[in-house]
Amino acid sequence: MPVLGADMDEGTLLEWLVKPGDQVRRGDAIAVVDTAKSAIEVESFHTGTIDRLVVGIGETVPVGTVLATIAEPGGEGARAAAQPEAQPARKRPPRKSAARTRQRRQPVAAGEALPGTASPPVRHLARQLGVDLAALTGTGPGGAVTRADVQREAAARAPATKPVIRPPQPAAGTVAARQPVTPLARRVAAELSIDVAALTGSGPDGAVREADVRRALSAARQLPQQAVAEEAAVTPAAAGGPPTRPAAPQPATRAPAGERVQAMRQAIGRLMARSKREVPHYYLSNTVDMASAMDWLHQRNRELEVTERLVPAALLLKAAALAARQIPQLNGYWEDDHFTPGAAVHLGVAISLRGGGLVTPAIHAAADLRPAELMTQLRDLVTRARGGRLRRAELTDATITVTNLGDQGVETVFGVIYPPQVALVGIGKIIERPVAVGGLIGARPVVVTTLSADHRASDGYTGARYLAALSELLQRPEEL
Amino acid sequence: MTPEQARRAITEALSQIAPETDPGSLAPDADLRDALELDSLDFLRVVETLSERTGQRIDEDDYPQLATMASAVKFLAAR
Repeated sequence: MPVLGADMDEGTLLEWLVKPGDQVRRGDAIAVVDTAKSAIEVESFHTGTIDRLVVGIGETVPVGTVLATIAEPGGEGARAAAQPEAQPARKRPPRKSAARTRQRRQPVAAGEALPGTASPPVRHLARQLGVDLAALTGTGPGGAVTRADVQREAAARAPATKPVIRPPQPAAGTVAARQPVTPLARRVAAELSIDVAALTGSGPDGAVREADVRRALSAARQLPQQAVAEEAAVTPAAAGGPPTRPAAPQPATRAPAGERVQAMRQAIGRLMARSKREVPHYYLSNTVDMASAMDWLHQRNRELEVTERLVPAALLLKAAALAARQIPQLNGYWEDDHFTPGAAVHLGVAISLRGGGLVTPAIHAAADLRPAELMTQLRDLVTRARGGRLRRAELTDATITVTNLGDQGVETVFGVIYPPQVALVGIGKIIERPVAVGGLIGARPVVVTTLSADHRASDGYTGARYLAALSELLQRPEEL
Repeated sequence: MTPEQARRAITEALSQIAPETDPGSLAPDADLRDALELDSLDFLRVVETLSERTGQRIDEDDYPQLATMASAVKFLAAR
């Protein structure tokens, strides 16, 4: 069980994506692990053939436990997989728990899981696919229903020639579409695990639209009442206008159970308490004139379709990443009494989850992305953080984090650093304020940017240079 | 588009983005972004969904008119 993020010290195996005998390459996703915050795809750290799956589905094991063994090509035998060789750097005190491995207990079951029980992500999938869990026979430990059970049931009920429901694609935008697909439809399809290639589009040039995706889902769900589904499928397309049928099934973000929310609060609590205990924070703030950035954004967005428009956050994040590259003393980790700079700027972004809590996955190499690319990744990340799966690397690689509370109407946010990172950038609400420019007072949009930084790794002078660089960059938005 | 169709399209779009809420029960002049805790990305998805479902182009300059249910219905129905 590899490191799953600074505040996670154990994970529950939800699903194996491989079986013994499968060939895997380094970096391939091999398992899905559940933590208090998110379902996470775990990748292989070696290339070879899966020899043995050591940890069973439903087991909760601490970080460091061998999940599976892999036989390397030409090697002397099996070795531990998902056991990072070069990554023991982020060590933490060993857990004192007597039982190193324990069976995760379902809330209702005193001992073995009751047949038909399922983990929250599996319940979520079942809801999406309209599968009744109670009717299923689980193949997991103690009769627990697994993701595969749900998918099998959904596939069995879907008509052979109708939409094929496939497992979620690991990456957005990998679906090869023969007909045009609107970006919204593509995203909704990814969320609902529907293969757009199998759909018939009702838009111009046969484009698959969001309504087509939702219709495919209801068709799969309503198979027993096939006539109803067929009729529903015809009406809106023929009219060419807005759909007139009743509310479409809801995509449903993952509804965190009380247990999950509590575990998340505990995880956040442990990490933040450690930060406040160990990290000597210093704080700086600077008000940035956003007139040029907002003008540029507005001009640009005016010409574009809604799917291509940028939100101010995309520009602010890009500027924050570039500034971190300019001031490398703030981009990296404090470990073992010394600072190690990050190889690139992997920008952690605090994302609040509906229902409570937050995750801070990273946008990799954010300083090298154009704002439009960064925007796409941000949207993908938010969607997956709230509803789907994050990748392990996204939760472990951040070299500096940004928290943007502007949408919540807050003017200034001084954040708490995520150890072992050494800086956290806060962005408030963009707000019109009287500003003196060239001796004249005018109303201009401004934003308060803040920096919380680790005094062990840098001094206020360095931090001040960071905020100055950030402000400078935002005055030339066309260069971002 | 009739006000009733507009209202339904808006309610559906909001329900998708914030499934745990009940947009139908909001006061007509409640601020949608505040009431449903929509961030700027959520709001962009609402605009995107509305735009695709109604076939209407919604420009950034139009966003203020989508602030409340009442103003949004008026905006979409007027087209």
